[in-house]
Amino acid sequence: MSVPLHFYIVLSMILFSLGIAGVTTRRNPILIFMSIELMLNAVNLSLIAFGRYLGDAGGQMLTIFVMAVAAAEVSVGLGILIAIFRTKDNVDVDVLNGLKG
Amino acid sequence: MTLQAILSGQGLMFLFFAVAAVASGLLVVILQNPLRAALSLVINLFSVAGLYLSLNAYFLATVQVIVYAGAIMVLFLFVIMLLNMGQANLNTSYRGIRTILAFASAVGLGGLMSAVVIKGVAPLMLPAETMIGGATPGSVEGVGKVLYNPSLPWLFAFEWTSFLLLVAVIGAVVLAGKRQTSQEGKA
Repeated sequence: MSVPLHFYIVLSMILFSLGIAGVTTRRNPILIFMSIELMLNAVNLSLIAFGRYLGDAGGQMLTIFVMAVAAAEVSVGLGILIAIFRTKDNVDVDVLNGLKG
Repeated sequence: MTLQAILSGQGLMFLFFAVAAVASGLLVVILQNPLRAALSLVINLFSVAGLYLSLNAYFLATVQVIVYAGAIMVLFLFVIMLLNMGQANLNTSYRGIRTILAFASAVGLGGLMSAVVIKGVAPLMLPAETMIGGATPGSVEGVGKVLYNPSLPWLFAFEWTSFLLLVAVIGAVVLAGKRQTSQEGKA
């Protein structure tokens, strides 16, 4: 007896929705980044679960690429954040509207 | 049937780590203090690594702990402390109706997707694992045998991942590094 696949998929969707709630409610860019990490992890979980239950090793390969892209995204994003902090004291994303046009 | 599924070895592992992952994920979203949210995210990443183990993805569970819970979270904590955001900031407090709407739409989306999965997907049970060229899938050898197999599509993308990381490193240094000339130009 084992856990059916949709347990993992529903858990992954719960985590993804939590990430969406974080991105839409948080006003601090670092916390928005963390919520994005939450969403990426949820997708990784569903990829690995699908790969395991369908007997396809491709799910784990895609997860490796998602992890690499997440690492790159975080390093560049935090670099941008530090650059913003050099010129502005505020980190509220509602106030950072310099590109608004 | 559901109870039997939960009371198996994989089911207990799933239950424990799923509860931990959802609880810590909720804390990431609602805690006011960025430092505490970051530490909750560490718990969440560990729980997801445990779920990877329950799916026999041994190598990826290790990578999850080392890369996510180790490297990426250290980077997050470093930036939080560098920018002195350790205490709860009133600027990041919630804003009434928008917050309620955002949470409601997130719950609605999650419920909708879950309903689609529960209604539309037959309960697929765990199949027996098929060996990959004599290696256990999910072990270092099994992952390597698929990733570096030239007849599968992963090798080319994997090589370009190294280029992506190089670009990211250069970008981070350019963005966050001190620029003497441009700052003198501004002054």
